[in-house]
Amino acid sequence: MLSVKALFTEYQTPKGPPVKAAQDVTFEVPKGKFFTLLGPSGCGKTTTLRSIAGLERPVSGDIEVNGNLVYSSSRGIFVPPNRRNFGMVFQSYAIWPHMTVFANAAFPLEVRKNRPNKQQIKDKVMSVLHAVGLDHLAEREATKLSGGQQQRLALARALVMEPELLLLDEPLSNLDAKLRDKMRFELKRIQRDLGITTIYVTHDQGEALALSHEIAVMNEGRVVQIGPPRAIYERPKTKFVADFIGTTNFIDGDVRGFDETAKRWRVDTPLGQILVESDGTLKLGGKASISIRPEDVELQEAPLSGSPTDNHLSGVVDQRIFLGDFVDLEVKVGNYLLRSRAHPSLRTPIGEKINVRMNPEKCLAIEDDGGLKEVA
Amino acid sequence: MAVAGEMSGVRRGDAPATPRVSSEWVVTSGVVTFVAWLTLIPLGFLVWQSFMTPQTAARAQQFTLANYIEAYTSPETFSLFVNSVQFASGTAVFALVLGTLLAWMSERTNTPFKSVFYATSIIPLVVPGILFVVSWIMLASPKIGLFNLILRNLFDTDYTFFDVYSMSGMIVVDGLHYAPIAFLLMTAAFRSMDPSLEESALMSGASTLQIAWRITLRLAWPAVAASFLILFIRSIESFEVPALLGLPVGIQVFTSSIYDAIHRYPSNVGLASAYALTLLVITSGGIWFQARIGSQGNKYSTVTGKGFRPRVIDLGRWRYVTAAIFLLYALFAIAMPFFILVWSSLQRFYSVPSWAALKNVTLRSYQSIISYPNVSGAVWNSMVLSLSSATLVMLLTAVLAWIVLRTRIRGRWMLDNMASLPMVMPGLVLGLAIMICYLTVGGGIYGTIWILLIAYVTRFLPYGMRYNTTSMLQIHKELEESAAMSGASWLQSFWHIVLPLLKPGLLAGWIYVVVVSVRELSSSILLYSPGSEVVSVIIWELWQNGQYVELSAFGVMLIATLFVFTLVAQAIGRRYGIKET
Ligand SMILES: Nc1ncnc2c1ncn2[C@@H]1O[C@H](COP(=O)(O)OP(=O)(O)OP(=O)(O)O)[C@@H](O)[C@H]1O
Ligand SMILES: [Mg+2]
Repeated sequence: MLSVKALFTEYQTPKGPPVKAAQDVTFEVPKGKFFTLLGPSGCGKTTTLRSIAGLERPVSGDIEVNGNLVYSSSRGIFVPPNRRNFGMVFQSYAIWPHMTVFANAAFPLEVRKNRPNKQQIKDKVMSVLHAVGLDHLAEREATKLSGGQQQRLALARALVMEPELLLLDEPLSNLDAKLRDKMRFELKRIQRDLGITTIYVTHDQGEALALSHEIAVMNEGRVVQIGPPRAIYERPKTKFVADFIGTTNFIDGDVRGFDETAKRWRVDTPLGQILVESDGTLKLGGKASISIRPEDVELQEAPLSGSPTDNHLSGVVDQRIFLGDFVDLEVKVGNYLLRSRAHPSLRTPIGEKINVRMNPEKCLAIEDDGGLKEVA
Repeated sequence: MAVAGEMSGVRRGDAPATPRVSSEWVVTSGVVTFVAWLTLIPLGFLVWQSFMTPQTAARAQQFTLANYIEAYTSPETFSLFVNSVQFASGTAVFALVLGTLLAWMSERTNTPFKSVFYATSIIPLVVPGILFVVSWIMLASPKIGLFNLILRNLFDTDYTFFDVYSMSGMIVVDGLHYAPIAFLLMTAAFRSMDPSLEESALMSGASTLQIAWRITLRLAWPAVAASFLILFIRSIESFEVPALLGLPVGIQVFTSSIYDAIHRYPSNVGLASAYALTLLVITSGGIWFQARIGSQGNKYSTVTGKGFRPRVIDLGRWRYVTAAIFLLYALFAIAMPFFILVWSSLQRFYSVPSWAALKNVTLRSYQSIISYPNVSGAVWNSMVLSLSSATLVMLLTAVLAWIVLRTRIRGRWMLDNMASLPMVMPGLVLGLAIMICYLTVGGGIYGTIWILLIAYVTRFLPYGMRYNTTSMLQIHKELEESAAMSGASWLQSFWHIVLPLLKPGLLAGWIYVVVVSVRELSSSILLYSPGSEVVSVIIWELWQNGQYVELSAFGVMLIATLFVFTLVAQAIGRRYGIKET
């Protein structure tokens, strides 16, 4: 359906070199799927989306929709945005304040070359407004809508033109937390009902995990990893992805060898020697970077029943924070502070000894790309 | 500490502050009195005079309604009104269409060379109105106008193609001169518009024209309406064009009638005042409407603050058309008028540009203007007046803006209105009011340079107020409060904290007031007397005497000086980290 190949987009700056906002971005989105561009602020998500929209002219690459090239540097093709028939929802919603709700939603039909007649426009607009739950407000001035309603209207306006592709740039970020949760479900429902191919931009990992069929994680203009939400979360490829999606423990160590019985690598770490999962990048005598999620660090006071293929350690509770439905603990193992998330029934006080179990399958050896840099 | 305590007492405001004699109080009450004296008293005299018979040696003044009866019953008044409105709305529409088009081209399209748009299109603002009009007479008058002569030669007829002495001529000349104001206002409006409003129209499939017409222009509608009113007021007040182009062919508007009533013999100040008050009512109405639109405009305020990406529309081949429009504008509003002035200044007697006349090129007019009586005095007067009025205006309005925005003193809104009052007073009306005021209460000020200073300070008070309020709004109140907490007195914190922080606005406003003071004609023309002429009055006199070449030489030097002054002042401002506004 949508295929983006080797897309480069730059911004000219009055002084200094151009900003390389999107570099070598490549991905495919099958028909009817919900695809998310996820990454920290300034990583080039909006730029990529706007390049697909045609609002930004890339430096090179190919963009193809339904077998039609809308942009190709090698063939010199650039279809202007008003001929692409893509629906887009902007972060600010961009609701036209001088029009009513109806007029806003009717605009894409009215500026068409083969404009439908009045009755057809009315039917179409009302059915879209109905779909987003705004039909009772059709005659209201657009400025008199609440944030959530404006958001729905922006969506209705993008949908009324029956677009080939729906582009959404952080559509939920201006809403308050409760409304955001509600609209998240709404968005998902509408997308599924209409079966419309959707590209979604967000910096909120929760949103991305909840909504998407597939996620592309971006960093500094490049796509770092593409995959379904579960794979991105459970099997991050790099330190950056592991760090950006959820929280994780990073442990550095030296590779000591391959354990034939457990079929895992043995790595010396500040915690002691542990068994880790790797997809084949580890070398004997090399360095390893290991990620383990806090919820995969199991804690218990009772002694652990020994199994040689498990990682068993013991430490001292250093810090605990009660958060209602779970407790976060920091456990000192050797001289490393290991974060763990446990059930609130675990009541071990600070300073007491505790046993730690980490399933080697969850101890992932990943690529060290410097991780997430703090952005101002 | 006492001051800090009192200031916070005043701020919280509910309990009446105990009036203590502090520097804050002295400065505040002094300023209030001064502003009232500047703006309210002359207005009072104007109203009073409009109900009085002329004073003659034989008879003292008497109460009368005759001025209003004469003003409103004479059949000419109706045509006066029609002319004024026709002229002002014509000018406003012409300037607005042109300015909006230029602003749209420069903000929203990929027209070539648009980076020089901004700089060049505001040049006409530096050129004194009277010089602009004179140069257009040289370009498009029926007899000596260059355009007519060229076209007559070309087509071998004696048809008059352009007649600058007509209503349409007046509208075009004044409109060209005011277009930069429309350009600046509309540029600001386009810049403050969230570009995603236009981008979403683009994504909806709309074409460039559909977006410009149905989205951009409609969104800018409040700005369009406000600009129209500003331009309408400016042109109904304008004096140079009606006096130079309208009067010779009997097209009278309010301003030229006021001037006429004073300068006829015997002069009829009462009638002039009646006209002036009528004009005042019209301009007040305009300002009132504009303020209303301004407050409604918030409804459309679309600034979202999140990463603006001004996107330009690719016009394709049409960009050569837009470039040509800009070039034509620059030609007619800047290049041709300046060229004809330079040409004329190089002649012995005015003659139309030709190869034959090129042989007579001489710098004699420059020599003769320098030694012309009164010229050096007028230059000195203008310099002193513009520098001191700009300084006074900016300091005074800094205190005013502070009082209005930062204190809870009761009735401070009145102060704001009082300082903005001169905005509705056309220069000629203000000049008249001040003239009556100081002829009556005297004090020996009438006939000296001081009366001009008073007029300038009063007239430009609203500009200073605007510059200072804008920048005062950006200074956080806590900066001052922390100065007070550090033990600074009010005067110390005003001098060391507020004024330095206001500097960018102060400098920009100061430059502006200097330039407009030098150009000022319509108040000065009523208030000068021998010995207190200013440069614009000299130009006026040269025109009346028919000394066109000397006038041109003087004009060329004046424009060059003003231009260099603006550039230098802005460069100095930039060096001290002051951004252009
Ligand atoms: N018009 C522009 N001119 C110059 N540089 C730009 C422009 N727009 C974006 N950039 C730069 O390009 C890079 C990518 O910007 P982009 O807006 O795509 O980031 P983003 O991932 O959408 O971030 P956010 O989550 O903050 O919206 C940033 O470094 C940004 O500063
Ligand atoms: Mg973005």
